[in-house]
Amino acid sequence: MITEAAPIVTARLGAHPDSHTLERYLATGGYEGLRRALAMAPEALREEVSKASLLGRGGAGFPAGRKWSMLRQADVTYLVVNGDESEPATFKDHLLVERDPHQVIEGTLIAAYALGVEQAFIFCRGEFALGLERLTQACNEAYALGAIGHDIFGSGFSVDLVIHPGAGAYICGEETALLESLEGKRGFPRIKPPYFPAAIGLYGAPTVVNNIETVSNIPWITLNGGDAFAALGQGSSTGTRLFALSGRVEHPGWFEVEMSKTTFRDLIYAPAFGGGVKDGKELKAFIPGGVSAPWFGPEHLDLGLDQDAVGKAGSMLGSGSIVVMDETTCAVRAAWRIARFFWRESCGQCTPCREGSGWIEKILRRLEDGGGRESDLDLLMDACDNISPGVHWPPEQTTICVLGPSIPSSVASGIRMFRDEFLLHAKEGGCPMRGAR
Amino acid sequence: MAPLNEESLARARAVVALYPERRSALIPLCHLAQAQDGWLTPEAMEQIAELVDVTAAEVRGTASFYDMLHLEPIGRHLVAVCTNIACLLAGGYELLEHAEEHLGIRAGQTTDDGEFTLEEVECLAACDVAPCVQVNHRFFGPLDDDAFDRLVEGLRSGALAGDVPRHGVLCRVERAVGLLARTGDGGPAPAVEETPVEPPARRATRKRS
Repeated sequence: MITEAAPIVTARLGAHPDSHTLERYLATGGYEGLRRALAMAPEALREEVSKASLLGRGGAGFPAGRKWSMLRQADVTYLVVNGDESEPATFKDHLLVERDPHQVIEGTLIAAYALGVEQAFIFCRGEFALGLERLTQACNEAYALGAIGHDIFGSGFSVDLVIHPGAGAYICGEETALLESLEGKRGFPRIKPPYFPAAIGLYGAPTVVNNIETVSNIPWITLNGGDAFAALGQGSSTGTRLFALSGRVEHPGWFEVEMSKTTFRDLIYAPAFGGGVKDGKELKAFIPGGVSAPWFGPEHLDLGLDQDAVGKAGSMLGSGSIVVMDETTCAVRAAWRIARFFWRESCGQCTPCREGSGWIEKILRRLEDGGGRESDLDLLMDACDNISPGVHWPPEQTTICVLGPSIPSSVASGIRMFRDEFLLHAKEGGCPMRGAR
Repeated sequence: MAPLNEESLARARAVVALYPERRSALIPLCHLAQAQDGWLTPEAMEQIAELVDVTAAEVRGTASFYDMLHLEPIGRHLVAVCTNIACLLAGGYELLEHAEEHLGIRAGQTTDDGEFTLEEVECLAACDVAPCVQVNHRFFGPLDDDAFDRLVEGLRSGALAGDVPRHGVLCRVERAVGLLARTGDGGPAPAVEETPVEPPARRATRKRS
């Protein structure tokens, strides 16, 4: 179903080519949310976000309100906004920092006020050069406007904001690796527990880490109330969400839709969204939430874009990125490229991830290139089992962070869904679809 | 290669002052050094070590973890071709092959004239314009072979110089203010402590704290 729900985080950028400028921002209600927030008690503001049941938009889908409520009381606390978007096929935060940087900043400032944080950081992926320029420009403008700094808008609340550039490492999207990186170190995820930086975070101080899209929703929630947000969507999946659609579709792009009520079929086939599989081909499989997620087949098309429903069906909505594969797509090659990604991006701390990703990449490559054997399928599943015992969903974890258990998702999906195709690679001495590409 | 010049050093000190702990400035300062030299020189790493109070080995050890920080000289234009899943499905590998042929180098290599370094990279978060390419972290896509050739021509001739600064220059907008929350509206930013820059020779004898 395609609902009439108006967009929230893309309302401005969808309507105005100059949505990144302060002039446009102020002309379209910009910083009104912050002014409203500053007139409220911080606890009332936190209550609104709890009522909204805003799920974190980074990938794990943890409720933002609960994350906030876990912040340990201390003299110094920090807020870090995670804009290190690197999950393959995800491009929503890229859009938000480039096209509506003031909204990101306003959401960050409201969150800082609600949490009583005096210094906030926006960690922006280093490869987003234009995004960094626009965020820095917007930050300068917000300081000049009196929205950041000492006694903001005469409220008595003071806060500083620093735009921090990343330097290219997928693992820094993991929140504890991000904090290590922000401390000037290698992006090595921290050993858990503590599970949440709200206990021990940046420089050991209590820290909240929220995603760019998550904070971009905060100005709207402040102005319209948590109940209005929770009225959109269904169950625990409230509000709208920004989905990134790519791969073999007619119209790849970003679409902000009401959660739960819109289905994968709507998103991929509706003329207003993906417009169908490219060149009228048949859909073979799709990834429902970034390359860490197990694949879905045509039988899952009528599932709603709903965190719980997708979880129950054996995958995850993850970072909200959907990749479509059609009948011309080689499942071995797709699984290989994803395995290669994890192999390149593994930080190297944990053996199952560091070694397992390399093994899987090499075996898939020899299947694709012609050196494979039928026993490779069992070997691949064995390697998967050594990374994540049982190879089920949600996965078991043998590593410090969730990069490890994400590795088996694609290869195990490929073998389970397209076993004959994998075997054919071994029998025919390489990819039988090579000529068709 | 020279260490940070006076202008870069002044900027570096302002960046250090933004963080509760100096070491947090390590990566931003590496970007700053790359903006000056196009890559991260050993001399710059020595100096960054002084500025953020760690050893030069720690700067190198940290920098080597990150794809964007280059410990060896590279071309003025870093051409990064994405081949991850969305680009693969849109012909990313075919584009990379074409790029290798057109530039006469393999991925990972630099042209003899120092103009271009070609890289095969992971997802750049522009999958709606796949297959996509970044040049010095500025986006281009979707690109077919002809569009790629025109892009290279534009870079070679300087026609795209306004859009694509030379490699290393990441953010052309300077932060205008220091930290103000504690110092008062419009008041001066906190004084930046001068870090004496020791000659590199002394680093070898310095103990890790």
